[in-house]
Amino acid sequence: MDNALIEARHLKKYFDTPRGKLHAVDDVSFTIAKGTTMGVVGESGCGKSTLGRTMIHLLESTDGQIFFNGEDVTKVDKKKLHDLREQMQIIFQDPYSSLNPRMTVSETVQEPLIRSKRFSKAEIAERAEAIMNTVGLDERLWNSYPHELDGGRRQRIGVARAIALDPSFVVCDEPVSALDVSIQAQVLNLLQDLQEEKGLTYMFITHDLSVVRHISTHICVMYLGQLVETCPSKELFQSPLHPYTKALLSAVPSTDILHKKERILLRGELVSPIEPKPGCRFAARCNYACDKCHEPQTLEEVSPGHFVSCCRVKEING
Amino acid sequence: MAQNNTKNTKKKESMTIITLRRLQKNKTAMAGLVILILMLAIAVLAPVLAPYDYTETDLFATFGTPSLKHPFGTDELGRDILSRLMVGSRYSLKIGFISVAISSVIGIALGSICGYFGGKVDSWIMRIMDIFQALPALVMAIAICAVLGPGVRNCIISIAISGIPGYVRMARASVLNIRKMEYLEAATAINCSTSTIIIKHILPNALAPLIVQMTMGVANGILSASSLSFIGLGVQPPMPEWGAMLSAGRNYIRNYPHMVMFPGITIMLCILSLNMLGDGLRDALDPKLKD
Amino acid sequence: MSENKNDVLLSIKDLEVVYTAGGATVHAVNGVSFEVKRGQSLGLVGETGAGKTTIAKSILGVLPDPPAKVLGGEIFLDGQDLLKTAEKDMRKIRGKKISMIFQDPMTALNPLMTVGDQIAEVVALHENVNKKQAMEKAMEMLEMVGIPGERYAEYPHQFSGGMKQRVVIAIALACNPELLLADEPTTALDVTIQAQVMEMIADLQKKLNTAMILITHDLGIVAESCDMVAVIYAGEIVELATKEELFLHPTHPYTIGLFGSIPSLTADVDRLTPIPGLPANPEALPEGCHFHPRCSKCTEACKSGEVPFVEIRPGHFVRCGLCSK
Repeated sequence: MDNALIEARHLKKYFDTPRGKLHAVDDVSFTIAKGTTMGVVGESGCGKSTLGRTMIHLLESTDGQIFFNGEDVTKVDKKKLHDLREQMQIIFQDPYSSLNPRMTVSETVQEPLIRSKRFSKAEIAERAEAIMNTVGLDERLWNSYPHELDGGRRQRIGVARAIALDPSFVVCDEPVSALDVSIQAQVLNLLQDLQEEKGLTYMFITHDLSVVRHISTHICVMYLGQLVETCPSKELFQSPLHPYTKALLSAVPSTDILHKKERILLRGELVSPIEPKPGCRFAARCNYACDKCHEPQTLEEVSPGHFVSCCRVKEING
Repeated sequence: MAQNNTKNTKKKESMTIITLRRLQKNKTAMAGLVILILMLAIAVLAPVLAPYDYTETDLFATFGTPSLKHPFGTDELGRDILSRLMVGSRYSLKIGFISVAISSVIGIALGSICGYFGGKVDSWIMRIMDIFQALPALVMAIAICAVLGPGVRNCIISIAISGIPGYVRMARASVLNIRKMEYLEAATAINCSTSTIIIKHILPNALAPLIVQMTMGVANGILSASSLSFIGLGVQPPMPEWGAMLSAGRNYIRNYPHMVMFPGITIMLCILSLNMLGDGLRDALDPKLKD
Repeated sequence: MSENKNDVLLSIKDLEVVYTAGGATVHAVNGVSFEVKRGQSLGLVGETGAGKTTIAKSILGVLPDPPAKVLGGEIFLDGQDLLKTAEKDMRKIRGKKISMIFQDPMTALNPLMTVGDQIAEVVALHENVNKKQAMEKAMEMLEMVGIPGERYAEYPHQFSGGMKQRVVIAIALACNPELLLADEPTTALDVTIQAQVMEMIADLQKKLNTAMILITHDLGIVAESCDMVAVIYAGEIVELATKEELFLHPTHPYTIGLFGSIPSLTADVDRLTPIPGLPANPEALPEGCHFHPRCSKCTEACKSGEVPFVEIRPGHFVRCGLCSK
C-alpha cells in the first residue's frame, strides 16, 4: 500500500510466566493507511490491548517488524524513540486510572509539551489552551483535578494529552468502554472530528462491535493472540468469512426486534495461551474443526483486501 | 503555567493548600494538632518555662502530693514533677521525631526501589526485612541498646532500625499499587524519563499513606522510648524521660499514685494527639474524597 | 407463556429513596411505580446513577440504612408489603421468593467454599431438607446451568467468568423463586459468553415460570430478553411500554436520545446524535421535568411543576408534558 502509515509484519509479543511463555500476540500482520481507522476487535484475552501497546513501543516486541512511514522502527535507539513517541500516541480505557490525581487538567495536557523540550514556556501555554478548547474542555475546568470531573470529561483530558504533540498515529484502547452510552456518543464524535481535522490515523481497539463498525474503515478480528480475519469494515459485517467472526457477530444482541437472529452458539472453553499447541486456537470451539486445523494457519487473501486465516474458509462459505 | 486572569478560570490550588484546608475542617485533627504544637512549644521553651530546675532536689518535700507549690507533686527525691515532665518532653519528642525521620527516609527509599524495580532486588531486600521483622520491634530495640549501651543517641538508633522494615513494606505496597495505574504508562508514552516518573508521578501519590504512618510512627517511637527507659535502657537518670519517670514511680504506686499518674497522662495525651492528627491527615490527603 | 400471565406478582407504587451522606442528600429514586406479572420479564434501562440498582435493592430489602432511606411508597409482592415486613421475615423471602444476581461474578462467590456447597447452602436455608438432599438438589442445579455435576467440589477460582456467573444463577434459582432480580448480569462477560448466559437465563425463566427484572444499560439485551421495558432517568420512569412499543415507537426525548447515541450494527450512521450535556446530578435535580436541561423539545412549561405520566397508547406510558393532549 502506498499511503500506508503503519505496518506490522509477523508481529509477536510473548510474556514469560512461571508456567511458560504466554503468546499474547502471535504472528499478526496488517497495514493501516494514512487517515483511516483500523478497528481491532476480539474478546478478553485476545491480545488486542497488548498489540496496541507493542505498536507504540510501550511494550517491546518479541519478534516480527513494525514499520512507520515506510521505515523499520522495530528496534530503535533512545533518541529515535523520543522522536517516534511524539508521532505515535495512545488514549487509555480507564478515565480514572489514566490521569495522575495530583495534576490539574492543564498540567496533564502541558506535560507532553514540556517533555518534548521543543517549546518555550509561552508556546506550551498557548498550545495547551488551544488543544483544551479543541476537545471541548471549558476554561473554568483548566485548574480542576480529575476527581472533580466526570468520566466523559476525564476522557477528553486523555484525548487532549494524546494529541498535544500533533501525532500522526493514535492507538485508542477501548476509549469509550467505561463511559455511559450518551457520553460515549459525545466522545466518539470528538474522535471522528479530530480525525477529519488533523488527518489522524487510528488503531481503535474495542470489544463493542457496533462501535467498531461505526468508527472503522478496516477491521482486524483477533482470537487468543491470532489474527483470524481482516478486511474493510462494511465487508466484515456483510460477509464475515471466518467461523469465529460469524459466531461473534451472531452473539451481539440486536436492537432490531423485527428480525430474529440466528445465533451460532459456541461450545467448549478457551484454550490456554500459555505454550499453546500449533494451529488455529479457535479449533477447540469451532463447529467446522478438522485435522488440518492443528497445523499452522496462514493469512490468505480470499477476495481483494479480505484476508482470512482458516484452512476451510472456501468450503465453509461456498 | 497557563494562568488566565479571566473570571472563568478557577484559580489553581496546590494539593498542599487543599490538604491543609481539609485538615482545618476536621475538628479532631485540629485538636490533636493544637495539643501537639503546645507540647512542642513547651519542649522548646522548657528551660525557661519550668518553675524549677529538673535536677533540684528537696529532701524535705519528697513524695509531695499535688499542691499550689508543686502542681503535679514531687517525686522520691523531692524534684518537681511538672518541671521534669516539661524538660522530659524534649527527650521524648526528640527521640520520637528523629527516629521516625531516619527510619522513614531509609525505609521509603528501599521500599520504593523494591516496588518499582521488582525482581531480584525486591526479593533480596524483602528477605532481609523478613529477618529483621522476625524479632518483635521492641525486642530488637532492646537488643541493639544492650549492645550499644544506654543513652539517648543509641535509643534513637535502635528505635530507628527496628522501624525500618515497616516503612519498607508500606512503601513497597504503595508503589506496587500505583504501578498498576495507567497514568504511568501514559507518562512513558509522552517521553517521561524513569526518574521523572518516579519523582513526579509515583512518589507524590505514594507518599500520602506513608505520611500518615509517619505521624503514627512518632507516637510509636515515644512509646518505645518510654518502654526502653522503663526497663533501664535508653535515657539514664537523672534525665527526666517520661518512661523513666513512670518506671521510678511504679514502686510507690499504692501510696503516691500521682508519681505515676502524671507521666502516664502526659504520655497518653501526646500519643492521642499524634493519632488524632494522623487520622485527620489520612482523610485530608486522599484526593478522591470530596471537599 | 404461563396461564397466570395476568396475575400481578410485584407491584411498586410511588417508591422514594434517598441517600444522605455528609450533609448532602442524593435523590436516588423519585416516585417509581410499575408492575411485574408472573413469568414476565421487565427490563429496567438507564445509565449510571439513574437509580436502577437502588430499586432492586429496595425490593430485596438490602439497602444500607444509613445512608439510604426509603422515604415513601409501597412494594407489594403477592399482596405483602415488603417495606413493612420485619427483617426476620424478609430473610425467609430472600433466596426463596426473590433472588438477585449481581453484576460482578468475580466477587459474588465465596472463594473459600466449593461451588456445590454454595448452592446447597441456599437450599438448606429455605427448604426443609437434610444435608444429602440439599447436595442432590445442588448437583441438579449445576446440571441445569450446563456445568457437569462432577464439578460440585471445585472452587470458584477454578472456573472462568462465564461459568462463575452460571453458578451465581444456579444459586439464585435453586429454590425456584418467583422473582429474579438480575443486575447487569452479563456486563462483565465477553459477548459470546454473554449470548450463552442470556440464552440460559431465558430458558430457565420459561421452565420455572420465574418473573424477572433485568437491569441493564444495553438496549440490545433488552430487545432480546424482555417483555416489558421501563426507561429510567434521574430516579423516575420516563417511559414504560412493551418491548415492541418501545422499540418501534420510542416517544420520550430521553429514550429517543438513547437510541440516537448507540451506533448500529446493521445501518450506516454518519454521525451519532448524542444527548447534549451530562446526566442529571441526583444531589441537585432540575426543577420540573428532570430531563428538561438536555431536551431539544423543552418548553417553558417543562421547567416547573409536576410532569404527568400519560398513557399515549394502550399500555404505553410516557412522563412528558408535551405528550398530554
